Amino acid sequence: MEPTDTSKPDYFHRVVDCQWACPAHTDVPEYIRLIAQGEFTEAYMVNRESNVFPGILGRVCDRPCEPACRRGRIEEKPVAICRLKRVASDNRDDITALLPKAPREKNGKRIACIGAGPASLTVANDLLPLGYEVTIFEQYGVPGGLMRTNIPAFRLPANVLDEEIGYIVDMGADLKLNTPIKSMKRLLDAQEFDAVFVGSGAPKGKELDLPGRRDTDRIHIGITWLESVAFGHVESVGERVLIIGVGNTAMDCCRSSLRLGAKDVKVMARKPRQFFKASEWELEDAEAEKVDIVINHAPKSFVVEGGRLMGMMFEKLEYDIENGDIKATRSLGDVFFPCDDVILAIGQENAFPWIEKGLGIELDKWNVPKVNATTFQSTRPEVFFGGDAAFGPKNIIWSVEHGHQAAISIHKFCHDEAIEQRMPRGVSLSSRKMGMHELAYKNEYNGVERRLVPHVGLVERFKKINIEVELGFTAEEAALEVQRCLNCDVQTVFAAKLCIECDACIDICPVDCLTIAPNGPEADLRARLTAPATNPSQALYVSAALPQTGRVMVKDEDVCVHCGLCAERCPTAAWDMQKSTIRIPFAIDEEVRACPA
Amino acid sequence: MSYINKPKVAHPSLPTNSLGLTRRQYEGSMSTLCAGCGHDSVTAAIVEACWGLSLQPEQLVKLSGIGCSSKTTAYFVGGSHGFNSVHGRMPSIASGANAANRGLTYVGISGDGDSLSIGIGQLVHAIRRNVNMLYLIENNGVYGLTKGQFSASADVGTKAKRGETNSSPPIDPVLLALTLGATFVARSFSGDKAQLVPLIQAGMRHNGFALIDVLSPCVTFNDHEGSTKSYGFTREHYHAAVEADFVPRAEEIAVNYPEGEAIPVSLHDGSRVVLRKLDPSYDPKDRTAAYHYIENKLKQNEYVTGLIHIDEADNTEFHNLNRTAKTPLNSIPFEKLSPGSATLHKLMTRYR
Ligand SMILES: Cc1cc2nc3c(=O)[nH]c(=O)nc-3n(C[C@H](O)[C@H](O)[C@H](O)COP(=O)(O)OP(=O)(O)OC[C@H]3O[C@@H](n4cnc5c(N)ncnc54)[C@H](O)[C@@H]3O)c2cc1C
Ligand SMILES: Cc1ncc(C[n+]2csc(CCOP(=O)(O)OP(=O)(O)O)c2C)c(N)n1
Ligand code: SF4
Ligand code: SF4
Ligand code: SF4
Ligand SMILES: [Mg+2]
Repeated sequence: MEPTDTSKPDYFHRVVDCQWACPAHTDVPEYIRLIAQGEFTEAYMVNRESNVFPGILGRVCDRPCEPACRRGRIEEKPVAICRLKRVASDNRDDITALLPKAPREKNGKRIACIGAGPASLTVANDLLPLGYEVTIFEQYGVPGGLMRTNIPAFRLPANVLDEEIGYIVDMGADLKLNTPIKSMKRLLDAQEFDAVFVGSGAPKGKELDLPGRRDTDRIHIGITWLESVAFGHVESVGERVLIIGVGNTAMDCCRSSLRLGAKDVKVMARKPRQFFKASEWELEDAEAEKVDIVINHAPKSFVVEGGRLMGMMFEKLEYDIENGDIKATRSLGDVFFPCDDVILAIGQENAFPWIEKGLGIELDKWNVPKVNATTFQSTRPEVFFGGDAAFGPKNIIWSVEHGHQAAISIHKFCHDEAIEQRMPRGVSLSSRKMGMHELAYKNEYNGVERRLVPHVGLVERFKKINIEVELGFTAEEAALEVQRCLNCDVQTVFAAKLCIECDACIDICPVDCLTIAPNGPEADLRARLTAPATNPSQALYVSAALPQTGRVMVKDEDVCVHCGLCAERCPTAAWDMQKSTIRIPFAIDEEVRACPA
Repeated sequence: MSYINKPKVAHPSLPTNSLGLTRRQYEGSMSTLCAGCGHDSVTAAIVEACWGLSLQPEQLVKLSGIGCSSKTTAYFVGGSHGFNSVHGRMPSIASGANAANRGLTYVGISGDGDSLSIGIGQLVHAIRRNVNMLYLIENNGVYGLTKGQFSASADVGTKAKRGETNSSPPIDPVLLALTLGATFVARSFSGDKAQLVPLIQAGMRHNGFALIDVLSPCVTFNDHEGSTKSYGFTREHYHAAVEADFVPRAEEIAVNYPEGEAIPVSLHDGSRVVLRKLDPSYDPKDRTAAYHYIENKLKQNEYVTGLIHIDEADNTEFHNLNRTAKTPLNSIPFEKLSPGSATLHKLMTRYR
C-alpha cells in the first residue's frame, strides 16, 4: 500500500466515527470533554455551531452518531452521545451574549424561506449574521415545522422549541406566521427576494387504499392526526387502536393514543422485528408503555358495518429468512383484529401543489424536485430546496445540514460567485504530550457501562399529554457516561523516520491495533496484522518504509481506544497523540467579494 | 514509566487457547521499565508463548535475580508463582524449587550482569546440574539498572553512551553453555518474536536446562552509534542459522514439512521442534561443530541466532541424576517428610 496521506482532512475526520456519521459533523468528543469539565455552556455552544438546536436534538435526534460510535464496536453499547447533548443544554447558563448577532448595517440582499421548520431556521441562522434580511413564511401560527406539529410534547416540550427557535428569530428574522405561500409564481414574479429557500417539508401522509377505507371517519393519517393532537383539535381516541406501520411515526401515534384514552394499542407490522424502520430506542419506549407490537400481519381490509369501524382483517404471514433477506413468504390465513380507530403510519411524501408548472423548477413524477445534492440549488438558479422538501423525509439533523449547505450556496449566489466551488474541510492538529509519558487528556480507558436515562413513572406520565417522559441524566450518571467517550479526536500520529522498531507500541496496545510488517497490497496486509483487520469500513494507516528494516508500521483504526499508550511507551516519540480539529466551513467562513450593487 | 495501566479492554475477536484463556490473561502488572526497552518485547514473547502452550498459570514458576531484566518476571503471567532472589542467585532458588516440586514449569529470567558477573558461578553449576528449566538471559551488554556500566558481555571496541571504549573481552553465554554441555542452547533477538516465541516454547518443554540468550537492547544506555548491542547494530549483524518451529502435541499431524529440509526433534512430552537449516553447512545436533561455527561467526561480528544446539537424547537431567522425589514435597505426608525429633536425636547421638 502507498503510505497514508494524513494531511487529507478526511483521514482523521473518519477516525472520529461519531463526527463523521453526524450529518452536520458535530464535534462530539470535544463537547463531551467540555461536559466532563463542567463547561456546559461551552459544550452547548460547540453543539450549536454545527447542529443549531442542541436542546431539541439532545432529546429527539435520530442519532446516526451512536451506531457509528467506536465504543459500540468495543463493548456493544455506544456512548449516549445524544443524551449528553441534553446534559449540556439542561445545565447551560444564559447564552444570549454568546450568540451570533446580525449587523445593524444590512448587505442589501433579501432571502425568502418557505416554512419555519429546522431547515429554513438554519438558513436564517447562518445568513442573518452576514447582513441578510431573511423573511420566513409559515402557514401555521407557530414555528418549528414537524418538530412542533408531529413530535409529541411528551418527547419534546414546547418551551425547548420556543427557546431555541427564539434565538434565531431574535437575531432579526422576519417571521410571518399564518402566511401560507399559495403561489410560487406570485412570490417569484414580485421580485422582492434575491433568493428563495424552500423548506416546506414532506407534508403528505401515505394512503392505504384497501376495501372499506372511505366508509368511516375513524381511519386517520398518522402525521395529520398527530398534528391535530398537537394543535388540540383531537382530544380523545377510541379504546382499541390499531396502528399500521412500524416506523417512528407509528411509535408517536401509539404513545399519543395511550395518552388520549386508548387502553389497547397494537402496532401492526408486516414483517419481523429485524425489518422494523423504527429506532430501537423508540420501540423500547413504546414497549415499556405496554404497546403491543404484532409482527407478520399484512393489512387486507377495513371491516366497516353500517358506517361503523369494527376492526381490520389481516393476512398472517410466515417468512423464510436467510442472511437478513426474505427468501420466501407463506400465508397462514386471515385474522381479524377488532378496533375503534386505525392510524396509518406508513410514510410521507413530498407535495408542492403551490409550485406552478413553467417556472423552471423541475419536479419528478413523485413530486421530488430536481436538486443538486451539494449546492441544494433547484433547476431555477435563485430557488434552493432543503430539509424534507429536497429529497423526501429524513430527520432534523439532516434538515439542519441541508440548511447550512443551502446558506453557503445562497451566500455565494448573491455575490455572483460559483456556488459549486466551496471551501474544503480542513484539519488542524496539536500534540497532547506533556513531558515524557503524560498526556493532556484523560486517556485512561474507563470500563463503565452505558448509563440509563431515568424516566417519569408509568402512572404519572399519562396524567397529561405533555409530560416529558425522559428526565435527562443526573449529574452523577452524566459524570460517568462522559468517561465512556474514547476521545477519538485525539489522534495517533506517526513519524516513520523516528521509529527504531523496538516493538514497544505493538506490545502495549491493549487492542492489538498495531503491526510492523513487510508492505503488501491492502487485502494481504489486512490478513497479516496482529489482529486481522476484518472491518473494511475502517481505514488502515500505513507508514512510509521504516529506517532500519524497510518494513511499514500499520495501524488498523477499527478498535483503537485512543489510550495513548503507544505514544507513552514509544522511546523516540515516533507516535504522538494529537488532538485533531476538523474545520467544517459554514456560510460565514466563505470568502466573498463585496456585494455587487 | 507510564501514567496509566494497560487497560483490560481487549480486541473483540481475540482468540482463546484450549483453556479458554486469551493472551491478555497471561499478562502481568504494568512494566516500569524504560519505554522501548527490549526486555518488554521479551515479556510480550513470553506471554505469547505461555498462551500458545495453554499453560495453567499456577503451573508456572518465575524466578529472577536483580536487574532491569530480572524485574520482568513481574510483567507476565500474573497468576503464577515467583521468587525474586538476591543478585546472581536465581539458579540456587531454581534448583531448590525444582528439587522440591518437579511437576511445575520453571522459567528463570536474568541479565548479562546478573548471569555473567556476580552470578556466573551459579549459572555454570545450574548448567552442569542440568536443572530442568528455561534460563533466559536478556542480554544488553550493560548493567541497565545501575545506569549503563559495561557488563561482561560487552564486545571489545563497543562504546559506552558517554564515549568510553570497552577493552575487556566478552563472555558469550552461548559458547559458555556449549562448553559446559548444555542440551538446549539458543540465541535470539527481542525484535524478532517470530523466532523467539517458538524458542521459548521449546525451551520450556525441553527436558533439562535450556538456555536462550536474547539480545535485548537497552534503549536508554546502549542504543547509540558505536554500540554493538543497539537495535540497529543487532539488525545488521544478525545471522539466523536455524529456524525452529514448535509443534504442540495436539497439532503434530497437521504440520507437513518438505522432506530433507526439516529436522524434527521430539521432546519428552510428545511435542516437537522442527528445525530448518537456513545455512546448509550447519548441524544443530553436533555440539563441537556448533561451537566452532558460532565462534567463527562472532569473529566476523555476526550474531548467530536460532536453536543453536539441541540434544534431546541426553539423560543427565537433574531429576534423573539426583533421584529427586517424584511427588512434590508439599504432597508428601508430614510424617514421611520429617524424621521426627526422636529419630533426629538418635542420629545426633551417633555423632557425639
Ligand atoms: C411523527 C414524526 C416524528 C418524527 N420524529 C423525529 C425525531 O424524533 N427526530 C428527528 O430527527 N426527526 C423526526 N421526524 C422528522 C423531522 O421532524 C423532519 O425530518 C424535519 O422536521 C424536517 O424539517 P424541514 O425543515 O424540512 O420541514 P418541516 O419540519 O416539515 O417544516 C416545514 C414547515 O413548512 C410549513 N409549510 C409547508 N408548506 C408551506 C407553505 N406552502 N407555506 C408556508 N409554510 C409552509 C409547514 O407548516 C412546516 O411548519 C419526525 C417526523 C414525524 C412525522
Ligand atoms: C549484591 C549486589 N551487588 C550489586 C548490585 C547492584 N546491581 C544492581 S543491578 C546490577 C546489574 C544488572 O545488570 P543486568 O543483570 O545486565 O541487568 P539489566 O539491568 O542490564 O537488565 C547491579 C550490579 C546489587 N543490587 N546487589
Ligand atoms: S467514543 Fe466518543 S469520540 Fe469515539 S465515536 Fe464514540 S462518542 Fe465519538
Ligand atoms: S492509542 Fe495506541 S496503544 Fe492505545 S489503542 Fe490506539 S493504537 Fe493502541
Ligand atoms: S515504540 Fe516507537 S520506536 Fe518503538 S516500534 Fe513503536 S513507534 Fe517505533
Ligand atoms: Mg544487562
